[in-house]
Amino acid sequence: MIVFDKVAKRYPNGREALAGATLRVDPGEMVFLTGKSGAGKSTVLKLIALLERPTRGTVLINNRNTSTMRSGQIPAFRRNIGVVFQDHKLLADRPVYDNVALPLIVSDTPMREIDKRVRAALDQVGLLGKERMLPLELSVGEQQRVGIARAVVSKPPLLIADEPTGNLDPDLAREVMRLFKRFQEVGVTVVVATHDVDLVRELGQREIVIENGQVRGATGDDLPSVVATR
Amino acid sequence: MSLGSYGTRHAQAFIGALGRLARNPMASILTLLVIAVALALPMSLKLLVTNARVATGDFKNAVDMSVYFKTGTAVSQAEQLAKNARSRNGIADVEFIPADKALDEFRTYSGFGAALEALEQNPLPHVLHVHPAPEASSPAALEQLKQYFAAWPEVELVQIDSEWVLRFNAILEVMRKVLLILAALLGLGVLAVVGNTIRLEILNRRAEIEITKLVGGSNGFVRRPFLYTGTLYGLVGGLLAWAVIGIMVLVLSTPVATLAQLYGSHYTLAGPALEDTAILLGGGAVLGWLGAWISANRHLRSIEPRA
Repeated sequence: MIVFDKVAKRYPNGREALAGATLRVDPGEMVFLTGKSGAGKSTVLKLIALLERPTRGTVLINNRNTSTMRSGQIPAFRRNIGVVFQDHKLLADRPVYDNVALPLIVSDTPMREIDKRVRAALDQVGLLGKERMLPLELSVGEQQRVGIARAVVSKPPLLIADEPTGNLDPDLAREVMRLFKRFQEVGVTVVVATHDVDLVRELGQREIVIENGQVRGATGDDLPSVVATR
Repeated sequence: MSLGSYGTRHAQAFIGALGRLARNPMASILTLLVIAVALALPMSLKLLVTNARVATGDFKNAVDMSVYFKTGTAVSQAEQLAKNARSRNGIADVEFIPADKALDEFRTYSGFGAALEALEQNPLPHVLHVHPAPEASSPAALEQLKQYFAAWPEVELVQIDSEWVLRFNAILEVMRKVLLILAALLGLGVLAVVGNTIRLEILNRRAEIEITKLVGGSNGFVRRPFLYTGTLYGLVGGLLAWAVIGIMVLVLSTPVATLAQLYGSHYTLAGPALEDTAILLGGGAVLGWLGAWISANRHLRSIEPRA
């Protein structure tokens, strides 16, 4: 599903966020990206969502090399990835319903289908009945769940989350992580960047530790041969 | 993607654009006024030219020539010459006015009837009103015709009545060119005004654009509402310009009719024709759309989502 081969990323300001990171996530897997803040976790997610492109190395998502993708192909590519942010990135002046419906609207989904799917997504995160409320009328935990509903409403095969529990108390954090686990159980590939190590241990999923822009313990041997031939 | 949902998206973008215009009425009205004035100015100049042209008669009909005979020329002789002239190429019509008839008319219309009674004989000559054919109305052809009549011994004077019309038409032609230049410049102005308005709106909605791109909205999708907003600005601006011109025509029509009456004409001021209305609305909409398109393409590209 996701393959990073010796990926380096240097930002225009000169900071090198990744320095030859190699990792692999299989379809249907749930993986935690951990490590100190500034280690490069967010950069890994940005490279997956094509918010950034690698300076060196190869990023393959669904066997597609993100470096060779033309900018006109990016929107369609992003529709296959659900993204959850620590700061939710919700539209403050639109009700919950409109926020969740946005990914379906941009892909020209028929109205009736939108209604069905938005309700289903809100049901999954336990917010059914709050469609007409504005994001700021909700608690922080609820806002985060609106963000999750938006990320999964178009049923993307890949769900990524950057510190989704960063602003939540331990109980809410656990609840959100369980939510991600449930999506994984129905076949979605899930990648969550977090520094909440205790919670990661509790859920017992594979952990990829990012350290100084590299993956701790990665040798490159676990990469599939497909990378070498591309 | 079904056609139905595609139509729904466009309807939503259109209604959204209307809503945004209505939510910020003061700024919208100012922008609309600028667009309306920029569109109304060249259009009212065009109407001025059109009206002036209609009021002075068509170029071709206006050019004619008066041939005055020497006093004492016999009516039969003058009539014979008129007949000769009629058979000549390049002449559409010749009207013969015998001196007696001219005197009658003068008596009736001038108000000098009593004074004329005092005269022993008719001071007026026979006159031919010559209308050249349209294809023979060039200055050179007219000059040739003038010499043809002047060569007759019975003829006292040949006068081309229409030199002022030629000059006037030349002035109108200059005005028409000025109008085109003005229209082009003000059209550019409309582009700039709409472009700037759209730029501000894009900046205002930066967060929304970022998030929309983040969830996979294409540039086309993000651009669509701004194109509708721009088109709407142009269209409503054109409508306002049309109303402004309508009011101008209404206000001017009575004094112009009075003026025309004093000159013995039934001329009435013509407002914008259907074609002019179409130019205003269509031109406004196209300029609005284009301004928005240019601005959106320039500024949307720079807004990319950052996580």
